[in-house]
Amino acid sequence: MRFKSAHLLRAAAYAGLAFLHLPLLFIVVYAFNSDDGGYSFPLRGLTLRWFARAWEREDILQAISLSMGVAAMATLVAMVLGTMTAAALNRDRFFGKDGFTTLLILPIALPGIVTGLALLAAFKLMDVNPGFWTIAVGHATFCVVVVHNNVVARLRRLPARLVEASMDLGADTLTTLRYIILPQLGTALLAGGILAFALSVDELIVTTFTSGSEKTLPLWLLNQLSRPREVAVTNVVAMAVMLLTMPLILLAWRLTRDTDTSPGAQ
Amino acid sequence: MPETLAMPPLAATQGGLRRRLSNLLYQRRNLTLLLLLTPPLLWFGVVYVGSLLTLLVQSVFTFDDLAMSVTPELTSQNFQDLLVAANLDIVLRTLSMAMAVTLGTVVLGFPMAYYMAHYARGWEKGFFYVGVMLPMWASYIVKAYAWTVLLAQGGVVYWVLDHLGLRGVLQAVLNIPAIGGETLATSNLGRFLVFTYIWLPFMVLPIQAAIERVPGNLLLASADLGAKPWQTFRTVLWPLAFPGVVAGSIFTFSLTLGDYIIPQLVGPSGLYIGSMVYTLQGTIGNLPMAAAFTCVPIVLITLYLGVARRLGAFNAL
Repeated sequence: MRFKSAHLLRAAAYAGLAFLHLPLLFIVVYAFNSDDGGYSFPLRGLTLRWFARAWEREDILQAISLSMGVAAMATLVAMVLGTMTAAALNRDRFFGKDGFTTLLILPIALPGIVTGLALLAAFKLMDVNPGFWTIAVGHATFCVVVVHNNVVARLRRLPARLVEASMDLGADTLTTLRYIILPQLGTALLAGGILAFALSVDELIVTTFTSGSEKTLPLWLLNQLSRPREVAVTNVVAMAVMLLTMPLILLAWRLTRDTDTSPGAQ
Repeated sequence: MPETLAMPPLAATQGGLRRRLSNLLYQRRNLTLLLLLTPPLLWFGVVYVGSLLTLLVQSVFTFDDLAMSVTPELTSQNFQDLLVAANLDIVLRTLSMAMAVTLGTVVLGFPMAYYMAHYARGWEKGFFYVGVMLPMWASYIVKAYAWTVLLAQGGVVYWVLDHLGLRGVLQAVLNIPAIGGETLATSNLGRFLVFTYIWLPFMVLPIQAAIERVPGNLLLASADLGAKPWQTFRTVLWPLAFPGVVAGSIFTFSLTLGDYIIPQLVGPSGLYIGSMVYTLQGTIGNLPMAAAFTCVPIVLITLYLGVARRLGAFNAL
């Protein structure tokens, strides 16, 4: 009985995994579709033509460069603020600690429309024109928690006696920070930064409210769905977006795995 | 530790100012805390909370339909308008989809999470973890886009159903009033499918984490004592995994409640909370009414988080 149900369970688990991946696989397949319009399946032929077309399109290159710029800026802010909050919240209890934690989670716990509309209302009130900086501010706000989570997890595992030993040997706080704490945080900080970058490149809902007429990569894709111009090129861009972020996610995962084996942890 | 990280000469021999600063930071822990917290507090306090307050204040402002402009005259009209039948309809439509999607992800996700936590070992464990995590982080719009391509008539899904001879079954299902529709791409069933697909990983990972903490010998003991697999599931595994389910449901519930892209791309016409907010602020420019509308998910999610906290979901996050 138990033997049989285990097989059933394995089948269900692999079926679920296939369900999660097949649509992504088809995006890759469709990027090579030689048919320039329809979604008809099976494909009639394969071509690389659309890659060249995508590369020539000015609007696509602009969307890519805007997305990269915004993500870099948001990641930078998130890494600074996220490290600070992690260092603060890893310490002893203090008044308002729980409230502060909630504040960090709120931008991702509340639906994107709330965050988006709130930022838009504030920008309008201050007469700020939407554009690069308003997008970056929005993205940085919800990216902080990603960096924070990564760094705080590593700080919790950092053995207190490494710091104590450094102090005993005569190093001051800043020296300990530079030679003990920061090297230990390195990969966690990097992983947090990568995830924040990926999150920013993919974000759509908050961005629609804060972007004005600027188009990030996801906004460009959304626009293609209502007003398509060369459907086949859209498939290529969709695949490119996916293949761009996936190695980053894998790298972030590799960096945070096996962190228990950091020096002095035993 | 690599050579480059070797300690500098004893810090005591270094300059006095630095030493004094260092001592100050060490002795006055509150000062350090203050220094660390001020920049993030300023950012979140000014940018985020400030914006949220602006939004809330806007929700009691007056919108002049004729002039299409907002005036800072306080009114409760926007909140009264929320209770109009058409608007309640929008809230109910969104809420029922959020609940259906949550249920759908539990049904699909639980077996995956259980297998990952209790059966998968070695490479298979890593394989499953990455396999669930990658689609979770993959671009949201690309995933939504993929489904518009797959669900289109003449697309992959119809092709597969035709070859399995299931076209008639699909048509029968699509004829059911509440969940069906003209085609798969314009039915509630199709929309449910896309939502469930996109939020599934957000359900699998918390459940997996919760089950991971259930000792395997509890399940063995239950079986040894004569419980049927179903009994073990119902009385041992499910109660222990439940906080994980609630934790996952926070994501699936909140994300569905606020989404407006998928309802716009797949499924029948009829607005969702998100699409209503988007339309109100965009084409009409009625920011006050849009602000009032965003209070609905805020209130619903606050209530939900309150219940979830009682159910112990926060320990499973």
